[in-house]
Amino acid sequence: MSTDSPRLLSVVRDPADLRFRLAAHAGGVTVLAIMSLVGLFLAFRAAQAIGVAKFSFFTEQAWEPDAGKFGIAAVLVGTILIALVAIFFAVPLALGTALYITEYAPIRVRGFLIGLVDLMAAIPSVVYGLWGFFFLQGQITPVSKWISQYFGWIPLFRVDGTDLKDPLASPTVYTSSTFIAGIVVALMITPIITSIMREVFLQAPLGEREGALALGSTKWGMIRSVVLPFGRGGIIGGTMLGLGRALGETIAVYMIISPIFVIQPHILQAGASSVSSLIALRYGEATPFGTSALMAAGLTLFLMTLCINFAASAVVARSRSGASS
Amino acid sequence: MTDLLEAPTQPETELPSRESRRDERARPEVRRTIGVRISDVLAMAGAAVASLSVTIVLFSWIAPLTGGIAFVVVGYVLFLGFYALLVAIDESAAVVRDRLIAAVVHSLAFLVIATLVFVVVFSFVRGAKAIPHLNFFTQDMALTGPLDPLTQGGVLHAVAGSLIQITIALIITIPLGLTTALFLGEIPGPFSRFVRTIVEAMTALPSIVAGLFIYASVILFLGVDKSGFAASLAISVMMLPIMIRSADVVLRLVPATLKEASLGLGAGQWQTVWRVVIPTSRSGLITAIILATARGIGETSPVLLTSGFTAGLNLDPLHGPMLSLPLAIFEFVKSPEPTMIARGFGTAIVLMLLVLVLFVIARLIGGETVARRESRRDFLLRIRAAAARLPVSARLRPRSTRPSKDTTRDLS
Repeated sequence: MSTDSPRLLSVVRDPADLRFRLAAHAGGVTVLAIMSLVGLFLAFRAAQAIGVAKFSFFTEQAWEPDAGKFGIAAVLVGTILIALVAIFFAVPLALGTALYITEYAPIRVRGFLIGLVDLMAAIPSVVYGLWGFFFLQGQITPVSKWISQYFGWIPLFRVDGTDLKDPLASPTVYTSSTFIAGIVVALMITPIITSIMREVFLQAPLGEREGALALGSTKWGMIRSVVLPFGRGGIIGGTMLGLGRALGETIAVYMIISPIFVIQPHILQAGASSVSSLIALRYGEATPFGTSALMAAGLTLFLMTLCINFAASAVVARSRSGASS
Repeated sequence: MTDLLEAPTQPETELPSRESRRDERARPEVRRTIGVRISDVLAMAGAAVASLSVTIVLFSWIAPLTGGIAFVVVGYVLFLGFYALLVAIDESAAVVRDRLIAAVVHSLAFLVIATLVFVVVFSFVRGAKAIPHLNFFTQDMALTGPLDPLTQGGVLHAVAGSLIQITIALIITIPLGLTTALFLGEIPGPFSRFVRTIVEAMTALPSIVAGLFIYASVILFLGVDKSGFAASLAISVMMLPIMIRSADVVLRLVPATLKEASLGLGAGQWQTVWRVVIPTSRSGLITAIILATARGIGETSPVLLTSGFTAGLNLDPLHGPMLSLPLAIFEFVKSPEPTMIARGFGTAIVLMLLVLVLFVIARLIGGETVARRESRRDFLLRIRAAAARLPVSARLRPRSTRPSKDTTRDLS
């Protein structure tokens, strides 16, 4: 045995430590088990329906499980469209608000604004749904009409079944649309995205900020060359977390849309669909086989948000600002 | 720097009569680097006036435009254009860009905050009719139909259901969540890294999936009734990842030097956790619990799937459907009756006030730093000491004089 080999260390833990480590491990294993069970149970329950539908589950638009004719093509497209509308509105708003809070707001107001935005993130989604249904719906109809009038040649904004020349045409073709649901979900996720972006922007190194200003840059020059590159991970990660929330939102969407089961690419037109509102709508009257089909839809939603979340945390963790938030 | 501030010294005879003129020369122009210049204000005001006038002319004479939203949008775009033009008169392109971005950022932030506040105020205005009636808080809806006036019926059953469900959920999540957070922070390794990844991915678990999971496992597989207990299980699945994640962030903020000092003094791992880690991060842990509670209490769809609707008060979490506040809102506004809709908004007020109270508590506890706690204790001690000096208040005298006060302050 040579003299410079490292001494063997043996750790002797007293009983209290051993009990603590055992309890902590048990906690970790339990949480892991619960989280895996979510996926396993859904997969187990969904297996029957997927076994019957096979690949047509992803291509069929109708939802009549008891007639053997069901698929998530329509609801999945609807979910993604609502989430995209929400992200389209929420990201610029959240970016502006986060920049205002970190860069422009007076220091005395900053703490108050941070508290306010965080509080808004905790407001239940059903309250946003109330606002969307009773207030926004009536206000946004002229805007929808205007967009479809001038940009109707883009397929996304086309509205069928109404005559633009007729001033007495019913405005109901513009209500309950993907567009309105998307705006309400955008309001819901804006505070969440804002608070992630704000946290990252605040960590941008002071030395680099002052360096940029000392070299003669304007405030926007400093933001563009220091704050935004530093916070890129937070911007992307926050956006994806918001996207995950938008995909899974149930009640606010359910209150606004009138569900249809065909692929609806016209976002301004009445009739929209989403996976979560499909589940909320149909679970009550479902037969055992119908329940299995709903489980399959839920499983798809679950896997989709899981992938987006993994991607988000990977992006945030690899960015310079790191995963400290 | 000092050259600028000091007067150019010239030998000069001091004459009292010329003091005012000398003062003028002695004070050179000091450059102001902060604050607002008059030209900025004028450019802003000019652009506002110009855009307002042009928009009014556009809307009333030229283009066939109508509607409040269109007016604001056109006016805003014109404002940005005029503002850029006015700033461009005496500034470079880089400054113009800076000013434009500043204007856009200010208006985006204003728009977001105003809209969010409006969402809340809107519910308060619409629900104000239901709240003043005391029966809104003391009765349930079992004997009240949709056509009955607001002087009958209330949401006692929803308040009770929400409180029972969240209490059960907290009994499950607090021990499990905090233990797991401690596991992630104190026992590092590949396994805890894996658990952390899973938990982080689960924070955005769609609430309907959590409800569906409990529906599939507890109700269909284990055969438990649809009940408040099943709803609390679903809420727990929602709350667990949120609580673990924020508690984990807080635990990672405990300075390693404190833990090393504790271990160096011969404490074991458990003693370090119990006497150093938890006390240091106590306020953050409580904040994590309260924020998760606020999320859990506002979830509708898990309760919809696992408990279901009832009009009556149900205090037994194990049997029969039990309502919660968000689900009550959802069911109220399904009705076309104005009184039912008013009840829905009234319930929304109750729910928001509950969330607000939880949030304020979280902010108060979360803002509690060790330094502030110490200064408060210091203040209390000084008051007691002052009281002890008075002869009449002998019973207020502190029982022990806390010799360890100074050492605790050094530690923090």
